[in-house]
Amino acid sequence: MTTLSQAWTWLTSADNWSGEGGITQRLTEHIVLTAVCLVLSCLIALPVALVLGHLGRGGTLAVNIANAGRAVPTFAVLVLLLLSPIGRYGAWPTVIALVLFAVPPLLTNAYVGMRGVDRDIVAAARGMGMTGGQLLRGVELPLALPLILTGVRIAAVQLVATATIAALAGGGGLGRIITAGFNLADTPQVVAGAVLVAALALLVEGVCVLAERFAPAGVRRAGD
Amino acid sequence: MTAFGKWTAPGAAPDDCLARNDWICGAYLATRRELLQDAVLQHLQLTAAAVALALVVAVPLAVAARTARWAAGPVLALTTILYTIPSLAMFSLLLPVYGLSASLVIAGLVLYSLTLLVRNILAGLRAVPEETRQAARGLGYGPLRLLLTVELPLALPAAMAGLRIATVSAISLVTIGAIVGYGGLGNLIYAGMNTYFKAQVLTASVLCVVIAVAADLLLLLVQRLATPWARHQGGAA
Repeated sequence: MTTLSQAWTWLTSADNWSGEGGITQRLTEHIVLTAVCLVLSCLIALPVALVLGHLGRGGTLAVNIANAGRAVPTFAVLVLLLLSPIGRYGAWPTVIALVLFAVPPLLTNAYVGMRGVDRDIVAAARGMGMTGGQLLRGVELPLALPLILTGVRIAAVQLVATATIAALAGGGGLGRIITAGFNLADTPQVVAGAVLVAALALLVEGVCVLAERFAPAGVRRAGD
Repeated sequence: MTAFGKWTAPGAAPDDCLARNDWICGAYLATRRELLQDAVLQHLQLTAAAVALALVVAVPLAVAARTARWAAGPVLALTTILYTIPSLAMFSLLLPVYGLSASLVIAGLVLYSLTLLVRNILAGLRAVPEETRQAARGLGYGPLRLLLTVELPLALPAAMAGLRIATVSAISLVTIGAIVGYGGLGNLIYAGMNTYFKAQVLTASVLCVVIAVAADLLLLLVQRLATPWARHQGGAA
């Protein structure tokens, strides 16, 4: 229990929050990194998943990519990128590694959501003379939205958690507090850093759940 | 970071792939065979211990959540919260308990695998048709025999799907254990990063993926052998 109380002391001391490498700076880095990666992953994964889901092709491909993605350690990808020529460009190795990590759950959920739309509804919309694009935007996308948003939530929470790995390769974010604590053999600081990351992950999860709850009726219809 | 240029002084280091710091290097494989073997062995041991322990904990939890309705909510909530904690943070939170040890990494991985296993086993148990249960009861099966010979085998496909995901994730998460020195191949990746040793990083990374794919295929094979009744319905989930 002493470690926990020491960690609490570390967390509540104002000195640790301000200045270069302080909690405020690391927290900001962490949030910016996560947000950038989430937006990039969505921009890459969702259009592909929507089109594939609309066409009803590439389902096995999407699932296989998702499974293969789990097998590749993000840490290994990060270090490989770091040692490659990309390593010279600041935070790019971290961003690419994290995007590669976040794309599979987004891809699978969006694809499954699109395929889960009732075929009768799709046939009815076609019968009314809707073109492929109208069908995608006006029918399939709204009905698949709950599952797509679940995918975004999973990806967001996992990104917050995984962004800590950037610190192992000398990047920023809350992971830095943990690794710095390790190097100083300062267990209370390590625990404090871990608590911060866990709290941020839970906060993101909570915000997503609330956003779903208070979203327009069409979005929360099939909430889990 | 220009220590490994193309140019080498006359009479200096031999012009082999280690000196050039190539990504792919046969000489690395030849000279570091034992190092690689040890790392692979540690990687396998950590994964196997963690997944086995997680199974031992997850099955009773899932059965409890299935039998006692009130237990399902708390069990699922707890394991989900555990899953939300980042791996690096998880290892650090357990640090005061286990110190810098292999147990630390194993404990962290167990807590991770729990979510996937409990959820899938519970889903499998819940999917057992009520008629099947009643038929077994009618044949005079007690609760324990019903569980062991009817419910658990029928839950096997769903449980195995969870086990495969948990195993593959654990294999990739072991690498983070490098921060406490017990990361299997992750140790080599971490060391290779600090010394800019490309061949070591690539070799260890590839081995991680190979182990993960091999483990997944092995579990798929076990599942096929263990559920002969599901075979003609065509493959796994």
